[in-house]
Amino acid sequence: MELAFYLSALMAVLATLGVMTNPNPVHAVLYLVVSLLAVALVFFALGAPFAGALEIIVYAGAIMVLFVFVVMMLNLGQATVDQERQWLQPRTWLGPSVLATVLLLTLVSLLWRGDIQAVIEGGGLTARGVGTLLYGPWLLLVELGALLLLAALVTASHVGRIGKVAAPSPAPRDLPTGASTPANGQAHQPSTNGVAGEDV
Amino acid sequence: MDWAMLDNLRPAWLNPTLLATVIAMLEAVAILLVAVLVSAVMTVVERRMLGLWQDRYGPNRVGPFGSLQLIADMLKIFFKEDWIPPFADRTIFLLAPGIAMASLLLSFVIIPITPTLGVADWNIGLLFFLAMGGINVYSVLLGGWSSANKYALIGSMRSSAQTISYEVFMGLSLMGVVATAGSFNLREIVEAQAGLWFVIPQFLGFCTFLIAGFATTHRHPFDQPEAEQELADGYHIEYSSMKFGMFFIGEYVGMLLISALTVTLFFGGWHGPLLPPFVWFALKTGVFLLLFILARAALPRPRYDRVMTFGWIVCLPLTLLNLLVTGAIILLANPA
Repeated sequence: MELAFYLSALMAVLATLGVMTNPNPVHAVLYLVVSLLAVALVFFALGAPFAGALEIIVYAGAIMVLFVFVVMMLNLGQATVDQERQWLQPRTWLGPSVLATVLLLTLVSLLWRGDIQAVIEGGGLTARGVGTLLYGPWLLLVELGALLLLAALVTASHVGRIGKVAAPSPAPRDLPTGASTPANGQAHQPSTNGVAGEDV
Repeated sequence: MDWAMLDNLRPAWLNPTLLATVIAMLEAVAILLVAVLVSAVMTVVERRMLGLWQDRYGPNRVGPFGSLQLIADMLKIFFKEDWIPPFADRTIFLLAPGIAMASLLLSFVIIPITPTLGVADWNIGLLFFLAMGGINVYSVLLGGWSSANKYALIGSMRSSAQTISYEVFMGLSLMGVVATAGSFNLREIVEAQAGLWFVIPQFLGFCTFLIAGFATTHRHPFDQPEAEQELADGYHIEYSSMKFGMFFIGEYVGMLLISALTVTLFFGGWHGPLLPPFVWFALKTGVFLLLFILARAALPRPRYDRVMTFGWIVCLPLTLLNLLVTGAIILLANPA
């Protein structure tokens, strides 16, 4: 298990480096997916399979899919890759690297002095345990999180409605099949929102 | 045969732990191969059954009753030119079919086939299936994007939007089962159904799970991602040969997986009178596989926005209602 931990941790670090250095946006997002999967494996190795499974379901399986979805629809071509390559100059790296080094040094020194055993070992995190904690002592936070999500939902629905008011004449549901605009993706997106917004 | 005597003949390095490990590994490989084989056979069974239900002959030329059609298909798929379009994103184009097969095949790990047969016995069993379902979206998404083809892109966009929407309440529809059985572990869920199959107390959950299963495997009433008349072939339009074969078989692996899961979660898994457990499991799974085919034979394809609206307006409230009522009943039956 220890080997699995170190291997997946190494993979997470390498994949995250890939996210930063890869000039192709879709490849970078895929590196991020790999990084999240590696972090999920770290959770499995630490004896918290529930957290690992949630990491895959929520981050790799839902949020990152939306990332890929959006990046895909932007239809970024070779121009973006070249631009990104131009931006990835050593001097651009300098400032963030210095700041990150300070953080890294702090982390290493903490790990060096602290009780490493206690850091790596954790109690078995079960679904029942998480549920009892969330709906017991942390109930208020759960409710606040729910409020935040509701606000996001209302916002999305509102944005979808604005699109509808601006273009009243064609039935908005026919937009995706219309395909008169060259960017099919952009025609598609508001329509999905519109359908969802209409019903909320 | 005297097994004790055989035990003496055993070399020293072959201790029982190692033996058990090897047997478990062989079992896992066998389950994997059987899953792929059944999926491949299903491609032909589907065409024959479609023929039967639509009042025509299906493929009946190769071998007795068309039983060797599968071999002909496989030969064709293996020897076709393996074409990668020059404008495609090569790495991702190659990666996508692999994700399609691997993520679905990995999900078979959690399915308990009989009381003794089954690969893994995990406490997060059901969550693992949902996680692999989440990963499976990438295959279609990346396949469509890397093809650099507008039809493929539209198909993969439809597919990912549809799958993400339906996965939301696929997870929610299973929570009623989880709450009733008190576990994510599929083996415990099956054992909890010894008296009463969950399809009766969790009927709404069963309906929504099956619909979501159809939608996430892109099977017929929900096969907008590859709707022939509008999108030619959707996300795998640029794929040929074995890479297309992996997408193609992957669809049937998905069907098999959803059928097996439906049986495990709602129809008591291996439970049943008289016949041995494995036969019961296979029979029930077969019924659901046929249901998948019957739906394709009988139903027209709805418009894409109707599919999305149906999901969010009908299925999501139903699953929430189901979960709420289930929770209330559990709390009333045994107040904490």
